[in-house]
Amino acid sequence: MRTAGFFYALACLFALCVPILGIYPIFMMKLLCFAMYACAFNLLLGFSGMLSFGHAAFFGSAAYTTAWLVTAHGWGSVPAILAGVGISAAVGWIIGVIAIRRHGIYFAMVTLALAQLVYFVCLEAPFTGGENGLQDVPRGSLLGVLSLKSDRVMYYVVLAVFAAVFVLIRRIVHSPFGQVLKAIRENEPRAISLGYDINRYKLLAFVLSASIAGLAGSLKALVLGFTTLSDVLQSNSGEVILMTLLGGSGTFFGPVVGAALIVTLQEYLSDIVGGWVTVIIGGVFVACVLAFRRGVVGELAALRLRG
Amino acid sequence: MTHVFGIPVAVILGQLMLGLVNGAFYAMLSLGLAVIFGLMGVVNFAHGAFYTLGAFAALLGLQWFGVNYWAALVLAPLVVGILGVVTERLLLRHVYKLDPLYGLLLTFGLALAVEGTLNQLFGSSGQSYPVPKALQGTMNLGFMILPIYRAWVILASLTICLGTWFLIERTRLGATLRAATENAPLLQAFGVNVPLLVAATYGGGVALAALAGVLAAPVIQVTPQMGSSLVTVVFAVVVIGGMGSILGSIVSGLTLGIIEGLTKVVYPEASNIVVFVIMALVLILRPAGLFGKE
Repeated sequence: MRTAGFFYALACLFALCVPILGIYPIFMMKLLCFAMYACAFNLLLGFSGMLSFGHAAFFGSAAYTTAWLVTAHGWGSVPAILAGVGISAAVGWIIGVIAIRRHGIYFAMVTLALAQLVYFVCLEAPFTGGENGLQDVPRGSLLGVLSLKSDRVMYYVVLAVFAAVFVLIRRIVHSPFGQVLKAIRENEPRAISLGYDINRYKLLAFVLSASIAGLAGSLKALVLGFTTLSDVLQSNSGEVILMTLLGGSGTFFGPVVGAALIVTLQEYLSDIVGGWVTVIIGGVFVACVLAFRRGVVGELAALRLRG
Repeated sequence: MTHVFGIPVAVILGQLMLGLVNGAFYAMLSLGLAVIFGLMGVVNFAHGAFYTLGAFAALLGLQWFGVNYWAALVLAPLVVGILGVVTERLLLRHVYKLDPLYGLLLTFGLALAVEGTLNQLFGSSGQSYPVPKALQGTMNLGFMILPIYRAWVILASLTICLGTWFLIERTRLGATLRAATENAPLLQAFGVNVPLLVAATYGGGVALAALAGVLAAPVIQVTPQMGSSLVTVVFAVVVIGGMGSILGSIVSGLTLGIIEGLTKVVYPEASNIVVFVIMALVLILRPAGLFGKE
């Protein structure tokens, strides 16, 4: 436990010092958004045992909502983000209600198919800008008080939101609700026989995960100033799975590590190898499944237990 | 009777034809998925990638070695089938004992790698494959103009689907296969080489996908992405039909293709999503799927 505490303190210190260390703040913000997205996904896969293959639907629908409200209707950033989260929660509720009727592999396929439906809606709806997406999304200000134009200010805002979400997820997992989710993951028939209305629990977990994924999407739209179809694409759903798996699903910090690795890989490697990055990501996926199923953090934790 | 609800009959029949062509591809792909899932418990996300590889094998065979369409119909599935067997032996066999989700993730990674590689080597823009001479042109049936190649695709894939059904349900080999699905360790105790059977089945399943790819090459643009957009629809088809039944996957594949075609006539904007909407409705009304048992 003490090493974990020390590790978190170090991570916090690093995160706070990023602008001083001269690391490109937009890159760090993107990383934090994807880390939040992966944490949301992990809440579902790692702590409730449901593999969603459609999380891009929530990430993307929130990103589109926020970007559209800010650009076309002049909404402030905070209400636009809240609206984005609301929409992703609603989409999550609809997809969740349908998907939790099936288990395991079928659950994954149903979420994949329904997310594809959301993709086509985003492609064809009149307000999403089709193939171009929505460009030049202004960051606005924090409730009219604090302008978010400066990268440094925006970075600390994103960092604060991320920290809050991270604590919230820990809180959810350690709550009685989280324990019931764990029970459902371990042995569903048993949880039913103990009298839990498991569908309600699963649905709530699904909506929570979708909302947090949406929050990440909305923030990403404001940070980078655009939203495109790649946010709702199947490959985006796949990437978040990889981030979680690579870092360690079912661990708190794993998804953050996984997101950091993948975002860094994409950012720096694509300059060197260009489009081969997709191939490398596919290869990492295969390697992860074959040899590295506990992920970086999971393997480290296992090493410490043994040693 | 040249119009139904104000839509020319010829247009409806034309779209019906297109729907049947797509439905035939759905049927062939979901058939392979069902057989692979039945035996190995792996949902083969790479199925779309093998379909793409089939089309590329035909295209490159023609461009590089002058292999004609008829030879490609045999060679492309053979090459891709061998590739499938290698994939199974090298990678897939390590995940059978794990949660089935790992099989899905592994094959997803494979699909990404294949699509990415093709994209890098041949670019993302489409290339067209010429319709073979013997199947060019159209036939005038009086009430509609029938492109011969499309009729051939429907005929060929129906024959292949029914042939596969016959092979699995009515032959000794099929009986062995079904026995392996029921209880592999027992079958192995009887002296059947089950790992070989599994590898061959995976090879056969993806060869079927590759064959669909060759058949599709002249009617669509051959692109690295052609498989990944198809596989999602096929997954929805499989969820609707249930993966347990072979005839179920053939019937639901064809039916959904036709429904999709007819949607194009009535409300073209919805034709991309109609299969997913039907899937959602089926799940609400009959959670186990139409032919499935969970």
